[in-house]
Formats: sequence, C-alpha cells, structure tokens
Amino acid sequence: MTERSEGIKRHGPVVTPSDEGGLMTDRFAKNYAELRDDQPLGTRNEIVTGPVEDWATDFSHLEPEWAADPYPIQDDLRQRCPIAHTDRFGGGWLPTRYEDVAAIAYDTERFSSRSVIMSNFRPPRELAPVGGTPPISSDPPFHQHARRLLLPAFTKTAVGRLEPATRAFCHSLIDGFAGQDVVDAARDYAQHIPMRVIGDMLGFPPEDGPRFREFVENTLEGVNLPPEERIARMEQLFDYLLEQIRDHVANPREDLTTYLIEAEFGGEKLQPSHVAGTMALLLIAGIDTTWSAIGASLWHLAKTPADRERLVADPGLLPTAMEEFLRAYAPVTMARLVKEDMHWAGVDMKAEDWVLLSFPAANRDPAQFDRADEVVIDRQVNRHAAFGLGIHRCVGSHLARMELRVALEIWLERIPAFSLDDPSAVTWAAGQVRGPRTLPLRVG
Amino acid sequence: MRAQIDSGRCQGHGRCYDLAPDLFGDDDEGYGTVLGDGVVPEGKEPDARLAASNCPERAIDLLEEG
Ligand code: HEM
Ligand code: HEM
Ligand code: SF4
Repeated sequence: MTERSEGIKRHGPVVTPSDEGGLMTDRFAKNYAELRDDQPLGTRNEIVTGPVEDWATDFSHLEPEWAADPYPIQDDLRQRCPIAHTDRFGGGWLPTRYEDVAAIAYDTERFSSRSVIMSNFRPPRELAPVGGTPPISSDPPFHQHARRLLLPAFTKTAVGRLEPATRAFCHSLIDGFAGQDVVDAARDYAQHIPMRVIGDMLGFPPEDGPRFREFVENTLEGVNLPPEERIARMEQLFDYLLEQIRDHVANPREDLTTYLIEAEFGGEKLQPSHVAGTMALLLIAGIDTTWSAIGASLWHLAKTPADRERLVADPGLLPTAMEEFLRAYAPVTMARLVKEDMHWAGVDMKAEDWVLLSFPAANRDPAQFDRADEVVIDRQVNRHAAFGLGIHRCVGSHLARMELRVALEIWLERIPAFSLDDPSAVTWAAGQVRGPRTLPLRVG
Repeated sequence: MRAQIDSGRCQGHGRCYDLAPDLFGDDDEGYGTVLGDGVVPEGKEPDARLAASNCPERAIDLLEEG
C-alpha cells in the first residue's frame, strides 16, 4: 500500500482571501520561491512505477503500454470492470463508461477539481475552491468568476480575428519544408501552431516558443519525477511568467497578460498568484492539447489513404471529419478528487481518492456511439466529450477548433499526398494529454 | 417547430451555431442563443435536428408545434 505523508510544500502560490500583500503596486515583486514559502502543505504518497499486473486493479496512465495504445485497455475495462481501481498515486478510480464520466463531470458537489492532474501529490485542501490554476482548478462558487473573466476573449468571433495570422503562419511552416522528403509533422508543424497563437495572445516574444514547449512538457510529462525536480521545473515556469508580467506592468499592451493584470472582480484586482496561475494554465492547456489534436489527425490521415483522398477531394467535409478525429483521438483526460467517503455507482470511494476522468474512454463507449471503435469521417451525430462536459467546458474550444481546421486545411491543400515514413518511429506522449510527439511523414 | 436552449444546461460548446448559423447565435461569452423567436423556418428542420443532436450538453429542445 502506498503511504501518504505531509512533506513537501506546495509548489504554487496559493490564493487566500486574507493575502493582502498582493494588492500593492509592486504586487508582482515576489518570485516563485517566495510565493511558495507562504503555502500550506500538500500530501505526497510513495511513487509506484513499473508494469501493470491487472488494469482493473492496478491501472497507471503513465506506463508505456497506455501511452502506445490506451483504447484496447479502456474497451476491455468497460466490459469487465467499468470503474477500475489502482493503489498507485495514493489511490484512484478509472470509469470508462460515458454515463459515469458525464455524471462525475456534472457532480461538482462530490468531486473536486482542486487538482486535475492525477499524480503523487495532492494539493492542500485549503486550496479549494480557487486552486493553483483558476478556473480549471476551481470549484463553485468561485469557479464561475474566474471562468467569466476568460470567456469574452475566447468566443468564436474573438478567435476568428486570429485566423488570418494563423493561416499565414501555417503556410510559412510548410514553406520551410521545401526540399525535404520526410517531415516530422508533430515536431516541425503541429507543435508550433498553438505555441505561436497562445504566445501572441499573451503577448510573449515569439522567439520564446521553445521555452514554453519545455515548460509544458515538464508539467504534463514529469508526473512521476521526484518532488525537488518538479518544484525546480515549476519555478522556471513561474519565474518566466512573473518576468513577462512585470514587463507588462511597465509597458501595458493590448493582450491577455495586460487584461489579466488589470482585471477586477468584486472591486479588487486579481491576486498575483491568480494572474500567474491563469497564464500558466493558458500556456499549458493551450499548447499540448491542440498540438496533440493536429498530430493525431495527420497520423490518422497518413495511415488511411481513403480518408485522406476523400478530404482532399471534398474539403467541405473537414469540419465534420475534425469532430470525428476529436472524438476518436480525444487528447485530454482530466482528474478529480473525491470530497468525502461515499458509495458511488457500486464502489466505495474514499475522501481524497483520485478519479481519472477519461473523456477519450467516454468517447468510445458503444452505448453512446454507433461504431464507436471506428473512425467515420462523415459521422453526422457526434455528441463527443473531447472538450469536457459541464461547467469546465474547455474555454479554448473555439480557438482549438479554429487552429485544428486551419492547420489541416492548409496541410491538405499544400501536401495532399503523404504517408507514414516508418510506423514504428511514431511516439506518443504519456500521461493525461495524449498525441504524437514524433511523427515522421513521407511528403516527397 | 420551435427551438429552445436551456440556459441552465448550455455551456457554450457552440456546436449549434457552428452547424446551424441561420438558427443559432452566441452571446458575448459564447453561450448559445436562439435567433429571432426560435421558430424554425420551413425546410430548416433538418438543420435544427442536426444542431440538437450534436449538442454535448443536450441543452437544445425542439418543440413540434401544431
Ligand atoms: C495546468 C497547470 C498545472 C499542471 C498541469 C500542474 C501539474 C503538476 C504536476 C503533475 C505536479 C507533480 C506533482 C507530483 O508529482 O508530486 C505538479 C507539482 C507542482 N506544481 Fe503544478 N501544475 C500546474 C500548475 C501549477 C501552478 C499554477 C503552480 C503554482 C502556482 C504549480 C505548482 C506546483 C508545485 C509547487 C509542485 C510541486 C509540488 C510537490 O511536488 O510537492 N503548479 N504540478
Ligand atoms: C484540442 C484541443 C483542446 C482540448 C481537447 C481541450 C480539452 C479540455 C478539456 C477536456 C477541459 C475540461 C477540464 C475539466 O473538465 O476539468 C478543458 C478545459 C480548459 N481548457 Fe482546453 N482543450 C483544448 C485546447 C485549449 C486551448 C487552445 C485553450 C486556451 C488557450 C484551452 C483552455 C482551457 C481552459 C482555460 C480550461 C478550463 C475551463 C474551466 O475550468 O472552466 N484549451 N480543455
Ligand atoms: S451546442 Fe449546446 S452547449 Fe453548445 S452553445 Fe449550443 S446549446 Fe449551448
């Protein structure tokens, strides 16, 4: 059994209502380590890695077998043990039926978003209802305030204004492939698009792209690393964000960073930790996810010539096909923490147990979708949950859809014929955001 | 036929205004709205059904009238 201990201080600045220091003019003066010193403790458990014996009783989404192909595992569990359990990560559950995933997403009374990354660290309970990265880490009633701040910047109309620059950027990436027979579509195409778009929205220097990528990988893929290392990595991210924030305080601009610095609710400006936490969320939530969706769609088309040829011949089908790629290869899995001991859908959940909330598994439930395990690019009825369900519906969904549509449209127009150069060279990210990280395509 | 959005369920996924922009629009925060009085013009029923059947939150009701 794993054991929980009160150990390491939480990495992130915690927002507490009594934290007055943040409201002064130099509210962004503290660096990450100083912000962290004010934090309550979280809870850590022993880190357990290694091959899974039985996915129903010992699952781990961080093992290579899951990263390589999680769908057969999820399909098997849905039939034989629809709410699987593990003792790893200090204890957690994995529902694989659409119905259960939806019920949990809607039940914010009994399942908290205080942490949405299933790891070996549970942030302190005092962190609720705000959490380290509002609004994704927030519970009601605070959640809606943090969310409403972001919504106007991410409507379909608002993100539509970014389309011309996104198109030009995609073309410039493809111009850069001239003369190559093989292109890594994950590393040299998919990755750069969301990085540039969100970097521009936040007003970060375009040449910093490679640095954001490192932050994102560190956060989402370093889950089983020792705490000291994770803290050091978080520190790099937050110190970078604080540097950008201070620069925006000195030189306000028309961008999301200035908007968050100036934003108020209840007549007060946001806590520094809220500003930095939301920026971290936008970087992390905006990049890996969309990169994964673009990459997985190109991977599918590279290995399925009939679908590729059909889309090249009929680009009008792309918006429909794109929803099917989002359903079948949904990149994002979230997590919740159980609030109190309870009997739920036939299992005994304990307070502080994780629930790994697999939107990808929900999207392949045959009780919800016809031909659930097939990719049907003209599927008309597609009530998929790739962007979540309920109050945490992805704020960036309109942006992500614009990026995905533009990225695929321009690729298919410029490079209509392509195939996997070496299927065994394709690698997939492990953890809660899944998509190709190496994707060599033959384009010549 | 009349279309109605349950604002208690709508979370602003925008499938309705993507798929049937003649029938649905969005507000300043991206939540779905019914254009005009919600009466679906003759011939547009399939679009209304397509939108309703793709709403992830099941927030769209189509009321058959008459
Ligand atoms: C979407 C945003 C974020 C994600 C996905 C994320 C994810 C993670 C993960 C997976 C860990 C590893 C925990 C472990 O293995 O023990 C971690 C640790 C940590 N995070 Fe975050 N984090 C996010 C945002 C933040 C923010 C905004 C802060 C601070 C303001 C923060 C501070 C920390 C600290 C200090 C640790 C180390 C704690 C420890 O290991 O004891 N994180 N985070
Ligand atoms: C294909 C790409 C994307 C997918 C599949 C995706 C998926 C998701 C999912 C499933 C959630 C729900 C979280 C939960 O229930 O706990 C979520 C929330 C969120 N996403 Fe995305 N996302 C994508 C792209 C983006 C982009 C581009 C941004 C912004 C730049 C973004 C920003 C957010 C934010 C801010 C939330 C938190 C919303 C809240 O808690 O109210 N996402 N995303
Ligand atoms: S599709 Fe449904 S959830 Fe989305 S905006 Fe329309 S009514 Fe709202």
